[in-house]
Formats: sequence, structure tokens, C-alpha cells
Amino acid sequence: MIQIEYILIISAVMMFAGIFGFLTRRSTLAVLLSIELMLNSADLNFAVFNRMLYPDGHEGYFFTLFAIAIAAAESAIAIAIMINIYRVLKNISVDKLEKMKW
Amino acid sequence: MEYTLLILLLPFFSFLVLGICGKWLSHKTAGLIGTCVLGVVAILSYATAYEYFTMPRMVDGAFETLTPYNFTWLPFFNENLHFDMGIMLDPISVMMLIVISTVSLMVHIYSFGYMHGERGFQRYYAYLSLFTMSMLGLVVATNIFQMYMFWELVGVSSYLLIGFYYQSPAAIAASKKAFIVTRFADMFFLIGILIYGYYCGSFGFDFDAAGFAAGGFMLPTALTLMFVGGAGKSAMFPLHIWLPDAMEGPTPVSALIHAATMVVAGVFQVARLFPLWIEYAPNTLSIVAWVGAFTAFYAAAVACAQSDIKRVLAFSTISQIAFMMVALGVCTEITTGHEHHGSLGYMASMFHLFTHAMFKALLFLGAGCIIHAVHSNEMSAMGGLRKYMPITHITFLIACLAISGIPPFSGFFSKDEILTACFAYSPFMGWIMTAIAAMTAFYMFRLYYGIFWGTENKELHAHHTPHEAPLTMTIPLIFLALVTCVAGFIPFGHFVSADTMAYDIHLDWGVAGTSIVIAVVAIALATYIYKGERQPVAEAVAEKLQNLHRWAYKRFYMDEVYQYVTHRIIFAHISKPIAWFDRHVVDGFFNFLAWGSNALAYQIRGLQSGAVQKYAYVFFIGILVLLAILVAAI
Amino acid sequence: MNSQNIMFVILAVIMVLSSIATVATKSIIRAATYLLFVLLGTAGMYFLMGYTFLGAVQTMVYAGGIIVLYVFAILLTEGAKNDAVKSKVKDASWGLVLTLVGFLTFIGVLFKQNLFEHVAALGAPTEPAGAAAHNSIDEVGHFMLSTGDGGYLLPFEAVSVLLLACIVAGLLIARKR
Repeated sequence: MIQIEYILIISAVMMFAGIFGFLTRRSTLAVLLSIELMLNSADLNFAVFNRMLYPDGHEGYFFTLFAIAIAAAESAIAIAIMINIYRVLKNISVDKLEKMKW
Repeated sequence: MEYTLLILLLPFFSFLVLGICGKWLSHKTAGLIGTCVLGVVAILSYATAYEYFTMPRMVDGAFETLTPYNFTWLPFFNENLHFDMGIMLDPISVMMLIVISTVSLMVHIYSFGYMHGERGFQRYYAYLSLFTMSMLGLVVATNIFQMYMFWELVGVSSYLLIGFYYQSPAAIAASKKAFIVTRFADMFFLIGILIYGYYCGSFGFDFDAAGFAAGGFMLPTALTLMFVGGAGKSAMFPLHIWLPDAMEGPTPVSALIHAATMVVAGVFQVARLFPLWIEYAPNTLSIVAWVGAFTAFYAAAVACAQSDIKRVLAFSTISQIAFMMVALGVCTEITTGHEHHGSLGYMASMFHLFTHAMFKALLFLGAGCIIHAVHSNEMSAMGGLRKYMPITHITFLIACLAISGIPPFSGFFSKDEILTACFAYSPFMGWIMTAIAAMTAFYMFRLYYGIFWGTENKELHAHHTPHEAPLTMTIPLIFLALVTCVAGFIPFGHFVSADTMAYDIHLDWGVAGTSIVIAVVAIALATYIYKGERQPVAEAVAEKLQNLHRWAYKRFYMDEVYQYVTHRIIFAHISKPIAWFDRHVVDGFFNFLAWGSNALAYQIRGLQSGAVQKYAYVFFIGILVLLAILVAAI
Repeated sequence: MNSQNIMFVILAVIMVLSSIATVATKSIIRAATYLLFVLLGTAGMYFLMGYTFLGAVQTMVYAGGIIVLYVFAILLTEGAKNDAVKSKVKDASWGLVLTLVGFLTFIGVLFKQNLFEHVAALGAPTEPAGAAAHNSIDEVGHFMLSTGDGGYLLPFEAVSVLLLACIVAGLLIARKR
């Protein structure tokens, strides 16, 4: 018997691990990995809610599907930007990117 | 007379054009614009005068006062009290229009030669236009407030022109001095205006007798305060100290502003308010007379010992303006008509203003030619110039004779009227003024001989022979000399008098004869002392009266007294504590505010670091707080 | 304990530990590897729930595509230097405290409030029949390309435009100048 709470706890662990990583990692790529983690946990939640609360519906299913597509797009762009920054700064530490605010 | 507005607007536009576009204009164009505009203004002024004085008089024989323009510029709640702007024509303002535009035109032409090749030539003409505009606005003012505004504009343009050579520290100091001293006096003028407006309920010159009766003794107070303002502009003792220093400006400026026009603004102001003085403050008027008399004497005494020719002329200006003040002060009534009437002084003052403007401008322009030729203001650098500069010599001599009161030159007639008025007031005053007239003749001829006769300064002339000034400079001299020769025969009483009735000037031959004799004696004395190659008598006298000579040379230490009063007393004991308070308490408070917001900003700045993770922290903390609130709500 | 439950426990352990390892490890290439495990675990979860197509997409796009992209990016940038990342202690501790506070609050709310009391467990007898088979591939295809109620043609087209834009933008941004 897999209660819905169990899966939610797993996704919560993923989510807060992602938050922790986002807050503390200094490499921008690690920060992006943390974002993927958070996104993944949200995807999992959508799927679980669809499956267990509304078994006849398919909204959560499709939301997850599209979210995966968009995550792919997002990481492709983010990585392109990172590579570009690395070319200029020879470093992708988050602290070094403060100039971006201008 | 609609075109009178152009008299004000044209110089104003020429000021704007020269001031804004001057940078792109050549010297010649800029000068031509200024001069041509002034020429038109002069023609318009003459036309105005012609039309005005040929106008049929009113039934009682007085001239009508015209106001071609008048509009309410700044109304107050009170319907009666408003600031107007406009143009008022009456005999004295029309007379002043002629004086100002004539002298200003001459100075414009003259400056072509004098300022040739100077840096800031366009700026100079722009300032001249500004000055001319403000002075014309002053004399045609329809109310005392407009007069005050133009009065201040005149002060500003005077300041700008004195400080024209802004690279010379002396000129800067002189311009500041002139500005501060006249501003100080103008403060009293303003207070006087406000009192006047408060009691009279109007700023106009159309006097409301009922208001004045209620005012009581406040009206003489207001008039006296206004006179203080006039005294500042007209360099009456003890506010005269700025005028000698104002000679740091270019010489044509001295001729225009500090001899012929601006400095008579005080006299004009008293004349403008003359009906009030006579009606409501006849006793206070005698203050004007005695202040004038003392100033005239003081300035004449100082002029006898100065060696800088422009300073001599400056003190002679102070003395002559004081003559006009005295003439106004000795009036006792306003009606004319009968012989030896008490308002003769008014006419005499205006007459002298007119003639003096011409011959004093001539003297200054002549002095400008001389300075142009020898490149020095000191009399020791001159001497024997009559051979080199014949035109300047002759015109200067004419002006000297006029100021000394020798007939048939214009000064004789006007000065004679003043002396007659003084004798009518009291014989004592009459004799004082006669004596001062003699001193005038003496120091003017001392100056004349010092410049044109005596030993040549060979050393100075060795490498640079003085030469006659160019045509642009001599034409104004000749013109003004001609005016000086004929102006005395103008039937001035027909045009200007206290109640604007026409009357004939009668020469009082007793007074006139005395003054001629005394003037001739003074001239003879000056000739005896100063004409020769060497001047043993002068040196002996200076030796004998060493102290007196030094005192007079140092202008009786008036500047030092001012220095002491301002620096030792006012600055040290009043200004310093106030400055301390300002610096430490007032500024301190605002510095504290600035420091506080700065410190706060430094704290807040950390939030806007641009570091993404810091933002994420804040964001996440915010989520937690919201979460906590929701949990608490459940 | 049936096989479904055993599989769930295995997946859960892998996902939890890998998630923590992803953010705790110092080497970034290892972090990417751990993330791969998390993503595969998630795909397993989808399979467990009967969402086979979703699981397949997750495996292909996420695990197969995105993680490979990341690995390339890491190797292209700072993966070469092995000193990688040293987190500041103070930062990490604050982050840890905040994260734990958030996590505990979440767990507390989840269990205290009994939000899902009447929800049937996965594989329980009360579970609606046929729910798992509901979203088969052909059905998904129909939904994707149909309009009207329950149709996803518009988002589908929007995402395809987005992906196109993404290809162009990625080329533009990362190209050598």
C-alpha cells in the first residue's frame, strides 16, 4: 500500500534538497542542477496528484509532460549562457556574476 | 506715443541677442548691433521729447502726465495694492530719456575705439544694452515698485560692468564692493517702499492724500528710508565708498554709469517723490540738503589730493551729485511763478543733472582717451599731452570750464541756479556751496594742468609716443563738447519745473558774479600752482599740510573705517557666532540627516547586491514566513 | 508485501539519498551523476503509477538528454579543474537551517492536518479500476492533437514553437564571436 503521503515526502525531500543546493552552492551549474531537482519534484507532485486524487483525469499528466519539455528548453538556454559567461570570465561562480545586475 | 515701448524693448532685445549669440558674432557686428539699436533708441527718445514738449499744455499751464502703457503685473488680494509695469512720461522722465540715450549712444560709439580688440567685446556691448534698458525703465517707471525693480537691474548691470575685467582682482573687489554697498542701501529703499505701500495703499506716484494723513510720521520715515537707498546709488556720504573703486571698470562704463546716468538715479528718485517731500516731510528734506552739502565738501576736499585721474573725476562726480541733492533739499515749496520762489532748486537740480551728465561724460571719455594714449591712470605718467592730443585737450578744457562754472558753458547756468536756490534757503548754505564750487574749479584745473601741461614723462614716452585717439573716440568728444557749449542756453525752466509750469530763468547777477569771480580766482590759483614745469608751490603746500594732504589722499580713511566696522565689529562679533551656529547646528542637523540616510542606504544596499543567492535567501525566508502565517491560521 | 511495495521502497531510498547527495557532494560531475539517479528514480515512480509514457519521456528527455547536456557543460567549463566548489561554511549552515525549518514545517503540516484521509493508496483494493491504463500512448496522442475539451493542441504547438526558439537562441548565445 503506497500512501500518497509517502510519495509527497519523497518529492519534499527532493524539493528542499534543491532549495538547499540553490542557496548554498557556488558553481552556477550546480545551482542549475538544484533547479532541475526542484522542477522534478514539482513534476512528480503533478503526476501523483493526477494519479491518486483524480484517476480519471489527465491534466496533471499533461502538465508534467509539458514541464519536461520546457525544462529541456530552459536548461539548453541556461547552459548556452553559462558557456558564454565562462568564455568571458573563465569562471562560473555565482559570486562572480554580480556584474549582471547592471 | 505708443512707440515709447520700443525704447525699452529694443535695448532689451539687443541685450538678448548679444548675450546669447555674442559668441558667434564678430566684434564689429556685435558693436554695430548695439550701437545701431542705441541710435534708434536715441532717435525715438528725441521724438518722444519733441512730441511731449510741443504738446499743448493743460489749461492751468502744466504739462500733462502721460502713461502710454500700464498693466497690472502682480495683483494682490487688496484691489488697490498691485505692482504695475508701464511707461510714464512727464517732464523729468522725458528729460532723463534724452540724457540717458544721448550719453549711452556716445559711449557706444566711443567704446568701438576704446574697447577695440578686447576680449569679451560682445559681452561688453550686451551689458551696455542691459544697463541702458534698465536705466530707461527706471526713469519711465509708473510706480515706485517698478522703479525699484529697474533700480536693482541697474545695480546688477553696474556690477557686471565694473567687474568686466574679471581677471583683475581689483576689478572683482570693486564690483563686489559696489554691489554690496548699494544693495545695503537698497534694503532701506525696499523697506521704505513697503511702508509707503502700507500707508498709502498703492505704489503709484498719484498721491492719495487721505492715506498719508492717516500715516502720520511714518511717511517721513518711509521717505527717509527711500532717500537712504537713493544715497547709496548716488554715492552720498557715507555710502559713497563704492564709487571711487568702481573706476576699475572700463572708462566708457565709468562715463555712462558712474558719472552721467546711474549715479543720478538717487537724485531722480528724490525728484520723482518731490511732491511728497514738500507736502509731508519738509523738515526731513533739509536732511537731504545737509547730507548733500557735507558730501559735496568732503568729495571736493578729497578730489584735491588724488593722483589717479579717474579717482579725481569720481570724487568730482560725487561732489556734483551732492550739488543736485542740495538743490533738491533746499526747496521749500512746490509752486513756481513768482521770482525767488522756493522750488527753484528742483529745476536747478534737474538742469544740473542734465548739463552735468553731458560734461562729466565728456570728461570721462576724455580721460579714457588719455588713458588709452599713455596706458596709465596716474597723473605722474602724464603731463604735456596737449601737443599730442589736440582734440582731447580742447574738449577736456571745455568740460573743465563748464564744471568750474565759467560762462557761457552749460555748467555755469545750472550751477548758478543751484547757488541761487541755496542762497534763498540760507546764506550760510549759499556760501558753503559757493566755496565748494571754487574747490571744484581748483581741483579740475589741477587735473587739467597735470594732464596737459607740466613736464612730459620722457621716460615713459620714449618708446611709445602718445597719439590722438581714433575717430570713433573723438566724435563723441566733439559732440558732447558742442552740447556742453550750447546746453546752458536751453530755456530749461520752460520744460522742467517743480509743478511743470513754464517759467523763465532769471540770472541773479549777484550770485552769478560772485561765483564767476571765485571760480576764476580758483582757476588762477590752480594755474599758478600747477601750470609750471615744476610745482614748487604744490610741493611746499603738501609739505606744510602733510597730515591734511595725507588724510585727503587717503580719502579721510573712510574705507578704513568701513573695514574696521565690518571686519572687527560686524564680522567678528555678529557674523562669526551666526556662522558658527549655521555651520554646526543648522548644517549639523542636515549633515546628520544625510549621514543617517547614507548609513541606512549602506545597510539596504546589501540587499541589492546582484548576488542571486542572496535574493533567493530573502525569497525563501519570505515563503517560510507566509507558510508560518498559514500554519498559524489553520 | 507485494513486489510493488518493494519496488517503491527501493526507489524511495535511491531518490532520497541521491537527492541529498546531489547537493551535498563537492564534485559537480558527481552531483550530475546523482541527479541522474534521482531522475531515473522519478521515471520509475511514473512507471509504478502506471504512467508508462511519462516514465519513458522522463528517461529519454531528462535522463538521456538534459543530464548529458549538463555533463558536457560541466566538462566544457569548470569540470576540468577538479577543485570544483567549496561552499562557505556560514552560507551552508544558514541554508541548512532554513531548509530544515521549511522541510519540518511541511512534514508537520502533511501529517497533522490529515489532508489525504480518504484518498486510496496505490494498489489498494479500494483503488478505482483501470486508472493505470487510462493514459496509454494512443490516448495521449489523441489528447495532444485534439482541440476542444480535454484537447492540448494549443500548448503542444506552443511548446514546439518554444523548442524551435530555444534551438535558435541556444545557437545564437553560445556561438563563437
